[in-house]
Amino acid sequence: MTTSLGKDLTGLEHLTPDEIRLILDTAEPFKEVSERPIKKVPALRGKTIVNLFFEASTRTRISFEFAEKRLSADTVNVAATGSSVSKGETLVDTAKNLEAMRIDMVVIRHPSSGAADFLGQRIRSNVINAGDGKHEHPTQALLDLLTIRDKHGKIEGLNVCLVGDIQHSRVARSNIWGLTKLGAHVGVCGPHTLMPRGIEELGVTMFSRIEEAIEWADVLNVLRLQLERMEKGFIPSLREYYRVWGVTPERLERSPRPITIMHPGPMNRGVEIDSRVADGPHSVILDQVTNGVAVRMAVLYLLAGGRPELADAAKRGGGGTE
Amino acid sequence: MPPKTDRTILLDARAMSRALQRMAVEVAELAHGPADLVLVGIQRRGVELAERIAKLIEKDEGVAVPRGALDITLYRDDLETVGPTPVIGETHLPVDLTGKHVVIVDDVLYTGRTVRAALDELADFGRPKRISLCVLVDRGGRELPIQADIVGKAVKTGPGDRVDVQVEELDGRDQVDLVR
Repeated sequence: MTTSLGKDLTGLEHLTPDEIRLILDTAEPFKEVSERPIKKVPALRGKTIVNLFFEASTRTRISFEFAEKRLSADTVNVAATGSSVSKGETLVDTAKNLEAMRIDMVVIRHPSSGAADFLGQRIRSNVINAGDGKHEHPTQALLDLLTIRDKHGKIEGLNVCLVGDIQHSRVARSNIWGLTKLGAHVGVCGPHTLMPRGIEELGVTMFSRIEEAIEWADVLNVLRLQLERMEKGFIPSLREYYRVWGVTPERLERSPRPITIMHPGPMNRGVEIDSRVADGPHSVILDQVTNGVAVRMAVLYLLAGGRPELADAAKRGGGGTE
Repeated sequence: MPPKTDRTILLDARAMSRALQRMAVEVAELAHGPADLVLVGIQRRGVELAERIAKLIEKDEGVAVPRGALDITLYRDDLETVGPTPVIGETHLPVDLTGKHVVIVDDVLYTGRTVRAALDELADFGRPKRISLCVLVDRGGRELPIQADIVGKAVKTGPGDRVDVQVEELDGRDQVDLVR
């Protein structure tokens, strides 16, 4: 029954439900580590981790960095600006140079879809995808799953609707994979200009009005509207977007049940989500942030020790032998 | 064909019950009464044993004995070789350990590496005035300079042997077997 992750975590698409559950179950005890007087355990002592960010990120990078430090790993942050990346070095050259300095893991965020897989196939270090283009953002989806499980006690059978820009969202894509694998019903809702063609083939239900989605859902995961979408003409104006798609208390009141409200951040208050909803009693947005550290600790821990054949051998020793 | 194994009972339910009674008395004696005592069981069977010993002390002394649980997985020194443990147990300490007499309770003492990890982990939760070690079975074979203060049953074993501890709460019965 040994379940283990492989070398890299680049997406949820190719993980089994058991592998996803393993990560969520492993995250559980890591929550408590962040509540200790000394918020640190020595599990990854001596490991060197590079956070390689080719795209701006505050929340995800800080969350990874806390996770790494709370596991006692040594970390280095490399941002695209101010590094040799801006001098035209290729992704693989950058990573190979880092690897020549004997690192163990790379956490990468990159504007191109598939960058994490590409890198993982070319270097020996473990690679964790912190968001690649429109492809996946697996740790965000994992922390969303953990937060839903905490709040509802289960994931299977829940109606979870993703609201907003599905087309450009790696968070949406990873969420759809993770939620469907764990047996949730997934809905998507947003302007048709921001809805990818063929989305139904992923097994999701499409809602063309936010009111219908609210009537159906147990959980709304409200995605961030990237403001540059407006400049490119996908939506007419922010005010219009709020009027048609905004998640407001007035709309939620019509729901037959309380709806759990999630948002991956950073929020545009008054655009995709009303402040009264974001700060309301059913919002778990800050729980998502807390869970993000625990989930990332779990992923780092599981990948760092990824030698399943040795784990099996050790287990044959049996109980009571330390 | 699996190799033939020989299973002998080290402690049956009655013997285990007697051992725990004696251990409880010794813990109270060692701590000069239960005033500053905290029992910390190591996941998983140490937690159940700590619970039993705490209840026995409470019966004798008439005061509550705080007990906690410690999972030492994240303090192990062998993540590289044995890989990650699939499910990490709960770590829960009931009180600030500073100034307390902490008694670590575990089922089997063998190499001493679990206890080493537990000592490191406890140090991150405060500064106990004293830490003692209480184990149901000491099977020898130490790889570190660590000794138990209180032992239920000592037995000499080889590296190929296994000591199986079963407790009522998790396994449906109390028994300790030596498998060789």
